[in-house]
Amino acid sequence: MNFPILSVVTFLPLAGAILLIFINKKKENHLRYIALGITLLTFIISLFLYFNFNSSTSDPQFVEKSVWLGYGIKYHMGIDGISLFLVLLTTFLMPITILSSWTYIKKRTKEYLIFMLMLETGIIGVFVALNLFLFYVFWEAMLIPMYFLIGVWGGHRKIYATIKYVLFTMVGSLLMLVAIFYLYSAYYKATGTYSLNLFDFYNMSLSPGIQIWLFLAFALAFAIKVPMFPFHTWLPDAHVEAPTAGSVILAAVLLKMGAYGFLRFALPLFPSAVIKFLPFLAVLSLIGIIYGGMMALIQKDVKSLVAYSSVSHMGLIMLAIFSLNTEAMEGAIYQMLNHGLSTGALFLAVGILYERSHTRLIKDYGGVSKKMPVFAAFFLIFMLSSVGLPGLNGFIGEVLCIFGIFKANKIFAILAVTTVILAAGYLFWMFQRVMHGPITNDKVQSFKDLNKREIAYLVPIVIMMFWMGIFPNMFLRKMDSSVTHLLNMVNTKKATISQTQKGEDLLVKIDDHALEEKNKEKEEQTR
Amino acid sequence: MTEIFWLIPFVPALSTLILALFGTKLPKKYVSYQACLAVFGSFVISVISFLSLLQVSHESYPLVKNLFSWISSGSFNVNLSLQLDPLSAVMAMVVSGVGFIIHIYSVGYMAKDEGYTRYFTYLNLFMFAMLLLVMASNVVLMFVGWEGVGLCSYLLIGFWFEKHSAASAGKKAFIVNRIGDAGFLLGIMFIFIYIGSGEFTAINAAIGGGAITQGLATLIAILLFVGATGKSAQIPLYIWLPDAMEGPTPVSALIHAATMVTAGVYMVARMNLLYALSGTAAQIVAIVGAVTAVYAATMALTQNDIKRVLAYSTISQIGYMFIGCGVGAYAAGMFHLYTHAFFKSLLFLAAGSVMHALSGELNMKKMGGLRKYLPLTYPTFLIGAIAIAGIPFFSGFFSKDAILTAAYANGYYFVWGLGILGAVLTAFYMFRLIFLTFHGQERLDPKVKEHIHESPPVMTIPLVILAFFSIIAGFVGLPVVLGKKLNFFGHFLEPVLRGGHETHISHDLEWILIGISVGVALLGIIIAWFFYIKAPRIPERIRERFPRIYKLLYNKYYIDEIYNAAFVNPTVRGSEKIYDHFDLKVIDGAVNGTAKVTGFSGKILSYFQSGLIKDYALIFLLGVIIFIGYLIIF
Repeated sequence: MNFPILSVVTFLPLAGAILLIFINKKKENHLRYIALGITLLTFIISLFLYFNFNSSTSDPQFVEKSVWLGYGIKYHMGIDGISLFLVLLTTFLMPITILSSWTYIKKRTKEYLIFMLMLETGIIGVFVALNLFLFYVFWEAMLIPMYFLIGVWGGHRKIYATIKYVLFTMVGSLLMLVAIFYLYSAYYKATGTYSLNLFDFYNMSLSPGIQIWLFLAFALAFAIKVPMFPFHTWLPDAHVEAPTAGSVILAAVLLKMGAYGFLRFALPLFPSAVIKFLPFLAVLSLIGIIYGGMMALIQKDVKSLVAYSSVSHMGLIMLAIFSLNTEAMEGAIYQMLNHGLSTGALFLAVGILYERSHTRLIKDYGGVSKKMPVFAAFFLIFMLSSVGLPGLNGFIGEVLCIFGIFKANKIFAILAVTTVILAAGYLFWMFQRVMHGPITNDKVQSFKDLNKREIAYLVPIVIMMFWMGIFPNMFLRKMDSSVTHLLNMVNTKKATISQTQKGEDLLVKIDDHALEEKNKEKEEQTR
Repeated sequence: MTEIFWLIPFVPALSTLILALFGTKLPKKYVSYQACLAVFGSFVISVISFLSLLQVSHESYPLVKNLFSWISSGSFNVNLSLQLDPLSAVMAMVVSGVGFIIHIYSVGYMAKDEGYTRYFTYLNLFMFAMLLLVMASNVVLMFVGWEGVGLCSYLLIGFWFEKHSAASAGKKAFIVNRIGDAGFLLGIMFIFIYIGSGEFTAINAAIGGGAITQGLATLIAILLFVGATGKSAQIPLYIWLPDAMEGPTPVSALIHAATMVTAGVYMVARMNLLYALSGTAAQIVAIVGAVTAVYAATMALTQNDIKRVLAYSTISQIGYMFIGCGVGAYAAGMFHLYTHAFFKSLLFLAAGSVMHALSGELNMKKMGGLRKYLPLTYPTFLIGAIAIAGIPFFSGFFSKDAILTAAYANGYYFVWGLGILGAVLTAFYMFRLIFLTFHGQERLDPKVKEHIHESPPVMTIPLVILAFFSIIAGFVGLPVVLGKKLNFFGHFLEPVLRGGHETHISHDLEWILIGISVGVALLGIIIAWFFYIKAPRIPERIRERFPRIYKLLYNKYYIDEIYNAAFVNPTVRGSEKIYDHFDLKVIDGAVNGTAKVTGFSGKILSYFQSGLIKDYALIFLLGVIIFIGYLIIF
């Protein structure tokens, strides 16, 4: 690879943020247009990843690898069929969120935009990093802009919410850091070389006892991020208090990091622990589906309703991931993208309402459809996408997830199907109370329908919803190899572990094949 | 020419797309032309396809048009493909034909509504979804149409969303349907796991090849039927349909009478081999159908809202269709679906015409003697009522008789008995409606009376056309007793409905059965005449004599209240309790508690960091003493 495209996609937003520093903060429109331009450019460049992606291999693509700090800490990036779409989802949504906050953000526009751009770099970095150190840096770095986005531009309880969010996440990530260090030293003990390369760790066989502890450390970090029941209570608070764009990014992309963490790290690194905890994790996911749905049903605040719906949807995704078969896995990844679009869109819709009335309480609305017919059409489509209506994206993910879960465990699938009913319940009931009925609030009487800017950023989402609902194979085919490879890794390692489990007390075992590769690499370096 | 059948659903789809994107900028007249023409296009293609199907030999059924691979992941593969066989051809013609007539009627009925364009957009979208449901060659695509019509039903019931009741009814319809759909979806999952494909041909081949056991067939069939009880408004999920009358009347005619609500019957007929293999599932279908037929009819007896009577009547009539399917006479069930589409949409449109004449009045207690004001609506309404009551030579007679005869012949005497009881009730409540509305004393509001007028031709011509078909439509399926070859309808569908079975009964017995059904129909009409024309005080006296029964019927057995108390309220209240006591107090309490403990211990420890040298010296000294003491003692 000659052109470092992943670095460009990752750091272009950061470069944009640095550029913004030098622009007079009073020229707000300049700032906005530059931020928009940067995020659009990032999106366009990232499309190159899609078109040049080779779907026939599961190896990481567009790889960049260079020495960084030494001792195994390398600058190592690459994407496969799983991370490709998460990167695209991020770059796709960023310009939309910038547009959505055009007039929403009234104070400190410059700082706001700088943080948004920093956030984009952090998120993309998480998805492309293949060195655990690099991954951890991005994972933590992303927290900083998010902390400020909620803490400065948030609602009334913004400080409570943002500290809760950061502390929650930190608890998990610190344990993960310890686990990373353990892996690092274990690898050094076994081979005498330093490495933080994810693929080196993939080839390492850890004893089941150790796996359990390491898995728990990783799983906690990711489970908080997802969030899985019962680690979810930071989510409604963060969502309710965050500004619209913050909620959109939080729901659409940040939650996916948890699920992505399971796919990229927790499952392939510690397969035997995964097998052990599988029933437990599956039950937690299942509880999340039903519990999240029930909680969403009775929320009085639209934003926390959507937040709890995320708990429910993410529960389905996690249950599908733990089903460990092709359909469920592809369904889960697809559903991650769907959830990103539909929940992101729902938050945008709530933001549009909030900007007009400055309330998020359901009871303050009613009859909005009458005043905002165009908005009503968009909102309806977003809702239908979220409930998984066939023809839109949500259906594909939902049906694949449920099919995969069904293959793994019929009872779980039957219980998971309640999401179909619950989702219709909480969303349609909310829609009725907000959009239909007579107008009871004078503020609603003065509502203006969508302006051109608002339509401009909602239309691409609607197009994607239909596109992904009608031509899912364009996306699924690019996932095939990576998903198959991931499942092979989990399943074969599981098999070899159960063979070597007895008698051998080796802490670490390296596959011969992997050692050979390692030696080759060393030779190359010495040359 | 046989290939073009795949266009049937996509003509209205294209029209929907144009209306959705540019509708607000298009003139009203153009909108109605386009919407009607699109459906007419579907109808023409359906007829061409039907005719071309007659040329093709039975062995090549169904003709399949595969457009592209829609979803493919692991072993889950679904094609976007449509199929043409006698069943889908008949259904497509009925749907697009009746749909076209109702589109025309809507041009007049909705003329003054401000949501005119929106209305036709939804209506075209409905035609697309319904025709997709009909033409789908696999069960997943059928589910797409199935959910699609549910969405359109939601949108059109809640069309006047400013009205609280309309918005509520739409939401209720969608959620109740979703409960059924969850069952349907699970059925699909079982099909994919055990058969490996959702294509109807593959399913039928698997059943034919003995690939699935009877128990599995029963499970799948019942799960799919759960979906059907939602969509086709049968016990226990029928509760949304009466409320669905909040929608514009043409919508009630098209979606909630003629087409969408019969989708469940179509699905069961489509899966006839599965139901036949199971046996048990077929019996359940027959019993649910029979019980619903009578149960819904009893609720129609006391309603005063003209549309609600028709709504309960629809539930009841669909019950008959399920009886047909359940007892193995799939052709008879489909036949009733086909005749019902004409006479029930006629009844609804005629009721709409009455409402139109009376400035929106729905209460029959405020009507009476309307026949002289509505010279075209009255006779057409009457034809519809005669057809549904089952008077010989009208369409409903042939189809209902075919179902009841088959039920008796195949040994379902109890079901037959319920069917006969339902027939008396049907004749009674229909003629109660006729007499209360068009005969007897005028009970009109004087204000309403000022504006009374017959509807414009754009509305009455559809009535005449439907009335015509309500009379003659039955002649394509004459009773077996008149000669087996004369049942064109059954004969045409036979290659698809191989799961059906019929027991031959003697001609004498068949004549007796026909005699009984005609007799009870006449009995129902006579009682109605007696009650509402001859001695109008009788109903009141009965009401006074049996106040409890009357109240129970009038309040629809309190089912809505029971469901609310049993399912809705516990879910909502329970969720609220869990939220307050568990989510906020336990989980979040633990989180905040951890934070508080940390803060508290920080405060305690900060006491020791007073900043005063003497304090530090004291602690230092204490430390040294403890340390030395430790060394000395141990």
